[in-house]
Amino acid sequence: MPLRGLFKRTAFKYSRAAGKGNKGVVLVYIRAYTMKKSTLSFWFISASVAYAVYLHFISPSEISIQASPSAAQESSAVAPSPLPPVAESTPPPPKPSENPPPIPAPSPAPTPKPKPTGMYVDGSYTGSQADAYYGIVQVKATVQNGRLASVSFLQYPNDRSTSRYINSQAMPYLKQEALQAQSANVDVVSGATDTSMAFQQSLGDALAQAKS
Amino acid sequence: MKETRILMGMHVTVEIADASATKDTIEKVFLYFKYVDEKFSTYKETSEITKINRSRIQKAEYSEDMKTVLALCEKTKKETGGYFDIVTRDGSLDPSGLVKGWSIYNASEILLEDGFKNFYIDAGGDIQVHGRNSEGKTWSVGIRNPFNQKEVVKVLYVRSEGVATSGTYIRGQHIYNPKKRNKPIVDIASITVIGLNIYEADRFATAAFAMGSRGIAFIEKLLGFEGYMIDKNGTATMTTGFEQYTHAHD
Repeated sequence: MPLRGLFKRTAFKYSRAAGKGNKGVVLVYIRAYTMKKSTLSFWFISASVAYAVYLHFISPSEISIQASPSAAQESSAVAPSPLPPVAESTPPPPKPSENPPPIPAPSPAPTPKPKPTGMYVDGSYTGSQADAYYGIVQVKATVQNGRLASVSFLQYPNDRSTSRYINSQAMPYLKQEALQAQSANVDVVSGATDTSMAFQQSLGDALAQAKS
Repeated sequence: MKETRILMGMHVTVEIADASATKDTIEKVFLYFKYVDEKFSTYKETSEITKINRSRIQKAEYSEDMKTVLALCEKTKKETGGYFDIVTRDGSLDPSGLVKGWSIYNASEILLEDGFKNFYIDAGGDIQVHGRNSEGKTWSVGIRNPFNQKEVVKVLYVRSEGVATSGTYIRGQHIYNPKKRNKPIVDIASITVIGLNIYEADRFATAAFAMGSRGIAFIEKLLGFEGYMIDKNGTATMTTGFEQYTHAHD
């Protein structure tokens, strides 16, 4: 993938120079490029050899679990991280160090009052079945020591994808930013609300039962 | 003229900025969505897709629209390396993931054929826009914060493209590592895709979300598509041409 960017830059440089009708610049550029060819070949061959050795000595399963942050987390996380609205009113699930806080929300959701711990009665509660258009969502909430310990899915729509996993590697060349609240003064909003609304509906129902 | 109705279990909004739009115009669009729902809803006993899943009709009897949709699903499956698949766990077919974008696209074609130039159609957060809004400005489309439904975290300015968002914080729960099937992958919250039209944007957003954090690389490789992925930590990753859509050029 990084090659794509390299190629794009190269093509851009070339066309910009050519566009000016400045043949001299183009020639200098080509010469510089040609001189670098030997160096480039050297690195290319070295990299190929290194890659072959790498493939030879490392089993495919190890390749697919290169310790990217998410992969590492995936193998160690036990309880699914709750939705932020849940996290705000209830303590985080076990192993907080392995589950970084899900949102650095610049402007947090409509002021959830900090509630005292132990507000729920221990036990497992099955939420209502909520229609998410693509299917039915139903959750089971488990309360331990008065706190929401885990949320599991009894039903979840599975229409959209196959169950596959792809090695997740970071792509440093793509620009990243932290989420920031913008003016909500827009014509229309894009988002996938259906399923999460169903989730909140089902979970809200389960927690309402836990309160009694 | 603007109207919202609940159809196919979601909010569908049609806003037409052209002064010539009438109630009948809007009605025509909603009638089309109703037709699509009757045919493709897996929740309706009487729909054609249910009849197919119950083996009540043979392939030769499929309607033209059904044949088209199933062929497009097959095509999309190939183009996404199998990440887009309408076969559910119990072996039945559920083309909902494609029908949504496809029907929004067709509905906007109906409006274009009738001579309307400035409108948008929004079905459950997947949007096709054309022309300009009633103030003569480029349509602005907000990207919803997947962690806070009331918040917009990005504003896009689009002229005649489709904008689709796939996922939610929990949707990742049903994507599994085949080597560790009991461990859900929960690394991304949503991915928004801008494409040539809503049909293209929607099907690739669906597939990209199924790919997890690699989905944004998939969109980066697609010519004519831009994407904005929000991971579970609230960090967004964007494709190289994405920012051209974040500035209003009015």
